[in-house]
Amino acid sequence: MADKLKIEDISKDVDQVSHVNKMECTPLPEPYGLETMPDWKKLSDDARSNYCASLDDTLVLNIPKPKSKEEEDALVRKFLSGLEKLFSKENNWTFLQPLTLSMENCAKCQTCSDACHIYTSSGKNDLYRPTYRSEILRRVYFKYFKPGGKYFAKWRHGDIDLNWRTVTRLAELAYRCNLCRRCAQTCPIGVDNALIAHDLRKLFSQELGIHAKELHDRGAMLQLKVGSSTGMNPEVVKDNIEFIDEDTSEKTGMDIKTPWDVKGADILLIHNAGEILAWPENHGAFAALFQAAGISWTLSSESMDALGYDNINYGLFYDDFMLAKVAIKHAKAAQKLGVKKMVLGECGHAHKALTVIADRVLTGDLNIRRESSMTLMEEIVFRGNLKFDPSRNDFPVTLHDPCNMVRNMGIVQPQRRILNRIAPRFREMTPHGVENYCCGGGSGFAIMSGHNFEDWRAQVSGRKKMEQILGAFKDELDPSIDKYVCAPCSNCKGQIRDLIKYYDMWNKSHISYGGLVELIVNCMEDAKPGFIEWEMH
Amino acid sequence: MSGTVLIHLIIYAAVATFGGVVAYRFFKMWRMPMHLRWELYPVAHEYAKARYGGSILEEIDWWTKERDKSLMGELRVMIPEMTLLVALFEHNRKLWYRSFPFHFGLYCLAGLIGLIVLGALMELIGMDVSAQAGFLGAAVYYATIALAFVGLTLAFAGAFGLYILRKTDHGLREFASFGTMFNLVAFMAVLGVAWLAFAFADGDFELTRGFVGGLITFDLNRPVGSFLVGLEVVLATLLMAYIPMTHMSHFFLKWFTYHKIRWDDEPNEVGSDVEKKIIEQVQYPVSWAADHIKGDGRKNWVDIATEEME
Repeated sequence: MADKLKIEDISKDVDQVSHVNKMECTPLPEPYGLETMPDWKKLSDDARSNYCASLDDTLVLNIPKPKSKEEEDALVRKFLSGLEKLFSKENNWTFLQPLTLSMENCAKCQTCSDACHIYTSSGKNDLYRPTYRSEILRRVYFKYFKPGGKYFAKWRHGDIDLNWRTVTRLAELAYRCNLCRRCAQTCPIGVDNALIAHDLRKLFSQELGIHAKELHDRGAMLQLKVGSSTGMNPEVVKDNIEFIDEDTSEKTGMDIKTPWDVKGADILLIHNAGEILAWPENHGAFAALFQAAGISWTLSSESMDALGYDNINYGLFYDDFMLAKVAIKHAKAAQKLGVKKMVLGECGHAHKALTVIADRVLTGDLNIRRESSMTLMEEIVFRGNLKFDPSRNDFPVTLHDPCNMVRNMGIVQPQRRILNRIAPRFREMTPHGVENYCCGGGSGFAIMSGHNFEDWRAQVSGRKKMEQILGAFKDELDPSIDKYVCAPCSNCKGQIRDLIKYYDMWNKSHISYGGLVELIVNCMEDAKPGFIEWEMH
Repeated sequence: MSGTVLIHLIIYAAVATFGGVVAYRFFKMWRMPMHLRWELYPVAHEYAKARYGGSILEEIDWWTKERDKSLMGELRVMIPEMTLLVALFEHNRKLWYRSFPFHFGLYCLAGLIGLIVLGALMELIGMDVSAQAGFLGAAVYYATIALAFVGLTLAFAGAFGLYILRKTDHGLREFASFGTMFNLVAFMAVLGVAWLAFAFADGDFELTRGFVGGLITFDLNRPVGSFLVGLEVVLATLLMAYIPMTHMSHFFLKWFTYHKIRWDDEPNEVGSDVEKKIIEQVQYPVSWAADHIKGDGRKNWVDIATEEME
């Protein structure tokens, strides 16, 4: 058990509030025992001296240390100003009601803690309880914004010393939650601590301009400037797709040609552009499947006043305005082409951002129909005009449920019906479906590796997923058996790739990973066998 | 002013406070702007799909399909949740062993209040409520005693169990403020006095029924007839007035967390009420100060959401 932490510790003048001891993390089966876990890279002295890095053993935000009392006071003042806006209907109509309910009705029963993979995997470190950051914020809220709070809040709700350390640690702590909402699902009252973490991120971004650079500068901002957070402009993405078409044609024996900017097509397919660079076979498989199925579809090369070829929307994780800007431009890409619907590729957060969250942002002509690729693929597989040979997928397969697509959207069965049809050795993880655990890369963590965050992501937030993957393959961990983790989400795939590398799971157990569409094309009779290549990638 | 009158006035004020605070907090929440969709599956009114957590979004061209908005589906979840605290049973059994008797005991006591009022009304219209009365009078008489016994026992045991657990469990203790513990002590005190009144002063609730009859008819000079009963009635009503001012307001605000958030999957259709609300709300002026927003209190939400980044 990690050292017991008190709420007040967040404000104290100490070098570090809490520490993760890898030997206290939950053990994994052999050959992945605690003693085999790599040691954490230590935060550099530079990081410690220049940034507010006194929360735990890692760092996401790189908030410069205040250099004077005036700077310290300004942090507190701006934080309070942001908190006030968070509870005003004008500034936060988007989440005011759920946030207020979660702030004012928590019974502090800690039911959510045991549902959280980060808290449990860390050896039950109090810092990572879903309630820890919420309780700090709650105490500030009752003390500063409720009538009589100055005098009575400490008795009714507990006291808090709001200083610059409290503020900067709270900002950092908002990035120790995957926003997977598994905690909210178990709350008997319906309190949502993930939403509190989400809105804390918003407060820091929208008022203080503090955000993870991977999400903002290299993410949403880059996407708005050039068309994609990968940095690909339309020419580069078209070149890449052309290359993928050639490669896929060679692998499948089909003549693959991805259509671009087809006005009036039935479907605008929009990928997470990271797929195109990191997992080109994913787009290749979509192109092969859609072409074989005779679907009217297109990609869009819009990159300026509309965004057509990268479905990511990192605003979902930290900033309502960035979310809205990107969602509106996604819808404009579809509007320009006059397609019947947009289909989201294998990307969980893009599914949720555009289909569900932006549903109450897009109005009038911009309210274009949006649909999951899971349902479209199910339709294709079961329509009957394509033939599949499941024996080509005769290897152990398990399915990871992306939180955004499953728990937060209720898309549970289409991917399972497909796997039951095409993967004879498919088995579930425990638990699965809407009770799944996050991969540990959710809410943007999968693209964050600054300082030593990769160690934290692999050893703490990703640990439960490791446990689930190893559990699903527990009788077949022998490296002579190729195994496939099907993760129909780009960010989850990135995290699972990193877990596999970090723990050397390819060499030790021959565990590989990929999307769902690759498995479909791997057994599609129109394509040559061997679409899935068994190598670490 | 006599003590009897004062007791009556305290009780009227407490009941009015309870009703007023519940109404105020409910309507305050009701009037908040429509939020972005934030549902969490299973969504109970998806009757068949709720069994595994599915949604209409699993369907091809889902917008052409009829949405399942089954009331039965919601009741199937709500009734066991409200009566048996199913979520707590499934996810936090240790706490459920204390919390369930506490809550179920309170439900019994709410039923007890109902039966006392019913009995008082019956007596006001001349009916007898006693062991010797006819079927209805005897039924109310015995049911009142039974509910009191079960309710007081369960609620007190639950409150005591919760108090001990909050004192001894590290996770619960660290998050329990003075106010949290005060609430539990207040419940134990009120329930303890109620037990004493039940055991030693008014075991068949004859005095209480008579007093409540006086409250109903605004007979401010009707004496309680027992110090313990008077104390209990005053304490219980004061506690009742206090509850909605605390986090225990979840007993009615939970309606929002389930119906208006977890289960709110209402899609936005062109021309719908949802769309009208969005169009209204994106006109709100924004004052967020970060450089990428520069809200000055004049630019509205949609201005910022649609302006190009520099």
